[in-house]
Amino acid sequence: MKKRSVRIYYVTFLLVILGVVLFLFVKTFNDNLLYYRSPTQLVNGNFPENYIFRIGGMVETGSLERIKGTKKVIFYVTDFDNKILVKYDGILPDLFREGQGVVIRGSIEKDYFLAQEVLAKHDETYMPPEVEESLGLSKDSINKTTQSMQP
Amino acid sequence: MIIDIGYIGYFLLLLGLLNCLLLLTPKLTTGLNFSEEVVLSTSRLHFPILFISFICLIATFIGEDYSLDYVAKNSNSSLPLMYKISAAWAGHEGSMLLWCVVSSFWMFLASVNSKDLPHSLRINFLAIMGLLNLGFLLFVVATSNPFDRNMTVPIDGGDLNPLLQDFGLIIHPPMLYMGYVGLSVVFSFAIACCFENEFKKEWAQWIRPWVLGAWAFLTLGIALGSWWAYYELGWGGWWFWDPVENASFMPWLMSTALIHSVIATGEKGIFKSWTILLSIFTFSLSLLGTFLVRSGILISVHSFASDPSRGIFILLMLFILIGGGLLAYGINSKKFVDDSEVKLFSKEGFFLLNNILLITSTFTILLGTMYPLFLDVLGFEKISVGVPYYNAVFIPLMIPLMLLVGYVPILLSKSVKNKQFIQLLVIFAISVILSFIFSIQSILFFIGVFSVVWIIMNIIFDLSLTYKNSIKFKNRLGMYFAHFGLAIFILGASVSENTKIEKELVIEVGETTKIGSFEYTLEKLNEFKSINYDAIIATVLVSKNQKFITTINPEKRLYHSSESPMTEAGIHARLDRDLYVSLGNMIDDNKWSIRIYDKPLIRFIWIGTIFMIIGSIFSIRFKKRKHLYE
Repeated sequence: MKKRSVRIYYVTFLLVILGVVLFLFVKTFNDNLLYYRSPTQLVNGNFPENYIFRIGGMVETGSLERIKGTKKVIFYVTDFDNKILVKYDGILPDLFREGQGVVIRGSIEKDYFLAQEVLAKHDETYMPPEVEESLGLSKDSINKTTQSMQP
Repeated sequence: MIIDIGYIGYFLLLLGLLNCLLLLTPKLTTGLNFSEEVVLSTSRLHFPILFISFICLIATFIGEDYSLDYVAKNSNSSLPLMYKISAAWAGHEGSMLLWCVVSSFWMFLASVNSKDLPHSLRINFLAIMGLLNLGFLLFVVATSNPFDRNMTVPIDGGDLNPLLQDFGLIIHPPMLYMGYVGLSVVFSFAIACCFENEFKKEWAQWIRPWVLGAWAFLTLGIALGSWWAYYELGWGGWWFWDPVENASFMPWLMSTALIHSVIATGEKGIFKSWTILLSIFTFSLSLLGTFLVRSGILISVHSFASDPSRGIFILLMLFILIGGGLLAYGINSKKFVDDSEVKLFSKEGFFLLNNILLITSTFTILLGTMYPLFLDVLGFEKISVGVPYYNAVFIPLMIPLMLLVGYVPILLSKSVKNKQFIQLLVIFAISVILSFIFSIQSILFFIGVFSVVWIIMNIIFDLSLTYKNSIKFKNRLGMYFAHFGLAIFILGASVSENTKIEKELVIEVGETTKIGSFEYTLEKLNEFKSINYDAIIATVLVSKNQKFITTINPEKRLYHSSESPMTEAGIHARLDRDLYVSLGNMIDDNKWSIRIYDKPLIRFIWIGTIFMIIGSIFSIRFKKRKHLYE
């Protein structure tokens, strides 16, 4: 009898520990998920300020502006239906260019998107799948424009 | 050209395929067993055939044969010779051929060095390796043939991605493949063991150096990739928890667990079942990594034009291997009876804990890597898992592991229980005090430094007990080095991450800025023309208290064949710190945004991995196998 009750305590103890660990784990996991939104979803949805997520689309041609003498830039990201103003104070990656796909991490501030990180991919002809989807282009037409032969 | 090298290469590729297919002709007189002669000849002939085929591919690159589609896409006439050669494995098709060559090389080694294994085990083992090679080669011939012809021959080729025109990237893929594919030796051996009536501990001793060898290459491959990312991507990070990195890190963690479990099996005849299972999982993870990287699911410098048939082929192979492996294991698992029981408070007990921790951390990384992919495939949501997740989950899991790394040498010394416990407490206390002095800023920093001090003090303590006994000392030399390397690595990682200074600023020619304890002056900007790129080279003077220290020359390159610029960071590398300067964007003619980083002890990260590799080499070299085979 006694042996059995010890075992029950032991198992309960283990389960509680496991539960706590699992809870912390799931919480950490959920807290660190970055969601991805297209400019159209941004325009139609409500987002709390300081909520970090990622947006993607095309850098609108002719929209890139540098604030003179600083590294601050502003530009529009578009999915050809809607566009959003992005402000960034930092160094743009080498492959950043107008008319190219881009993924940006940051948050909504008033009426613009404040970028923390701007990602253009390693490969100049490769289109990130998220951007591809945002732009609503079919796979076939993408394949024609991207001959991504480089690693 | 009278003799077309491309055709010879393709012919050899098909010959290799035929060679492997021969394995499927069973010896009819003895039932459905593999024929010994065929298995031995196939396993030895395969390597020379594929190797020459690969040389042919390189020759087509050097000879600029743009009638080959793969050559035309990955090379051009202005490329320096070194990169023309390395372009042979810079794209998808060539790198898959390299994979096959590496695989055939491991099979050759296994064939030559397995004479002292029991006959049936040896034949099954080599036959399974041969079948794996058949699978890989089928993949190349069916979906990724580097010798495919172009309909029209271009005058000049495309370009090798400028990021890949770099020494680190010439040797990174071959080393990584040596590691990935080396694990297939262990996998094949484990499956072959399933078909025997038992699993002898001597067999675990036999496979041990192979696990260590594959692990050493994997470590080297990952370290080279990290080193390359650090100096080539221009923003000074050395690990990004990028899915592609995770793909290589998961098999690494798993094979680290395997090293420890295979040692326990070899020495005590325990964890037999576990070692077999772990071997199957480890290789499955390296194939999963290949699938993730090569299928085009992930976006990175490694992903190629996504061709769905390739992904499906690898996925199919993955299913056959995991499914078949687990089936073979499941049917035969009752045969693996341990020679003795495991006590928790013993070296083996701690190996078990080590394995649990390593597997758990592998699982957390697997979840972070795969979960977004699953959601995406199911069409629910596009998400990515941020770096903080990995840091928050992975580091706490490593803390108990670091305590174990330190404690194991003490346990090996087998001194009196009480005395041992007191010594341990003393070491623990001293470690806490020492590390507290060095790292009061943050708890993570403290944990890092503590692990370092703890591991090193434990090693020193154990050394003081074993250095007189030359056999014991030799046996443990590998372990000392590997664990010391781990300590050095943690030291580099925690010091550089916790005390680094990173600044992004706008600087004008002639302007001086003070960052950390150093002053940086942008002295001038020069234009420079090379064979295949133009560059702007900045000259940055670094001084400390008005005393000149060095000049750093970061570059911005524009390769002729591509439109986009490339950043070449300038690094003043010293043992105690790296001063890292890279050019950002041009603001106007003499004004640039630049990054200036001060990274203390960051070299220790890679020095540590070198020690780990030396450790595994010593472990292979010095630990003599007893001759107990039949």
